[in-house]
Amino acid sequence: MRGPGRWAVLFALVVLAVVMIFPFLVVAMNAVKSPAEYSSQGPLSLPDGLYLQGIVDFWNRVEFGTKLWNSFLISASVSVLAVVLSVLNAYALGIGRVRGRLWILVLFLVANTLPQEALAYPLYYLAKAAGLYDTQLAVIIVMTAIQAAFGTYLLSAVLGQFPKEILEAAAIDGAGRLRSLLRIVVPISRPTLSVLLIFFFIWTWNEFFLPLIFLISNDTQTVPVALGVLQGEKYMDATMSSASALLGIVPAVAFFLIFQRTLTRGVTVGAIK
Amino acid sequence: MRVRTRGYWLYLIPSLLLFAAVIVVPFLMNVGASFTRWSGVGTPRWIGLDNYARLLEDERFWESFQHNVGLIVAMAVVPTAIGLVLAAALFDYIGKRFGPRTASALRAMYYLPQVLPVAVAGVVWGWMLHPSYGAVNQILGLDLDWLGDPDLALATVMAVMVWFQLGYPVVIFMAGLQRVDPAYHEAAEIDGASWWRRFWHITIPQIRPEIFVVLLTCTIAALKVFGPIFVLTRGGPGNATMVPSYFSYLNFFQKSNVGYGSAIATVLALIIIVVTFLFLRVQERES
Repeated sequence: MRGPGRWAVLFALVVLAVVMIFPFLVVAMNAVKSPAEYSSQGPLSLPDGLYLQGIVDFWNRVEFGTKLWNSFLISASVSVLAVVLSVLNAYALGIGRVRGRLWILVLFLVANTLPQEALAYPLYYLAKAAGLYDTQLAVIIVMTAIQAAFGTYLLSAVLGQFPKEILEAAAIDGAGRLRSLLRIVVPISRPTLSVLLIFFFIWTWNEFFLPLIFLISNDTQTVPVALGVLQGEKYMDATMSSASALLGIVPAVAFFLIFQRTLTRGVTVGAIK
Repeated sequence: MRVRTRGYWLYLIPSLLLFAAVIVVPFLMNVGASFTRWSGVGTPRWIGLDNYARLLEDERFWESFQHNVGLIVAMAVVPTAIGLVLAAALFDYIGKRFGPRTASALRAMYYLPQVLPVAVAGVVWGWMLHPSYGAVNQILGLDLDWLGDPDLALATVMAVMVWFQLGYPVVIFMAGLQRVDPAYHEAAEIDGASWWRRFWHITIPQIRPEIFVVLLTCTIAALKVFGPIFVLTRGGPGNATMVPSYFSYLNFFQKSNVGYGSAIATVLALIIIVVTFLFLRVQERES
């Protein structure tokens, strides 16, 4: 295909790209319209100016700052804890090659693929019994286990190929196992660990089901749970709904832009290993 | 050798304890509860396989699995097929003729929906599709209740999921294409093979592993789907978009049929485990 043909291909792909980002544009446009402007002009007109009251009202009504903080607290704790556990496990499985490692890996893999519905009610029951129901800590504990299952699976494969000579040299120099882990394995695997950290953060941020079950009060809910539950509330008119959607989109897109390079590299690492 | 590896067990202890408490014990409790009648309070009453017998006759249960098949089409099959064409077009057509920057800008736009929490994607589309003020009806000049009409709801949810899912295969396949030796394409081009022929006979066989991983992960995601259903339709109207995960949630938390909900969740877990092992077996045999 030469001449006009190649422009036709480009045109088709650009049209598709516009369709893909169109909802983002429409949401952003309508989040900054006043209800009056919306009802007279409809959803497709460009906004006359920046009307931020809808966003401010929604922010205050749902205490969005608290939701952001809850999401951040849970995601940051889970990502750090899950990376630590993944490293410890992968050290034992990938480098230590403990006996029965294949079965342990299968266990972690199954744990990661299990539907959360098959754990949800007992977890809810146990959390209530332990006094952890409706606390961020409950979500942190459960999500750490689920993310660490994936991290262990991935990191064990990576550390399985760790150069043995370096570790042997360290052992000859008298380094113990913990020392080798902290001084050699962790620094050398830092790029993989940072990819995992970012992934765990974003996956936990985006999680909906378990936080929905555990977090019922206004003070503990995360961003996706609050938005998901409020959808369809009576006071949510057209502009306030788009304001709420925009507030959900902005942090996610911000993470994407900040971590984009690490992520696109990481998506493929995770898929092939 | 055994002495050398023994000490490494210590490093597994924190995770094994956590796993026992958060995954193994709850899963076994769930299986146990599936053999009982229990409202969530009081003592569960043992009823053997009654819940499972009831499942087999429950139309809602079967319907929910049929909807799951639709969602596998929307979340795994269609995005994989479109993703293959898009990735190949971006990689060896746009990338070569308009520069890699154009290709990666387009890729980023296709990927954008994937970065959203799925619940937020649901909020966005719930708004876009709203029957009275939604943008979609305005654009198309229609007056349809996309999510409220039982004949349309499942198809609408499927379309939303294609939009949400598409970027993932595109990104994975484009990365996979970088492994393909350009010599194959050059040789085929000299032999006069068309773009479609090269796509079919060179590109697809070369990125088989990626296709496998995408199909597996997306199929599992489709079997587990909960967030979009919760936000967009709550399984309705009627049961038009009911899926097993939401059906079990309903039984757990709204109908206080914990035993029945546990049976649904157990069946779903078994299906997912079987699907995973089948995929891994086929993948092993292929390579």
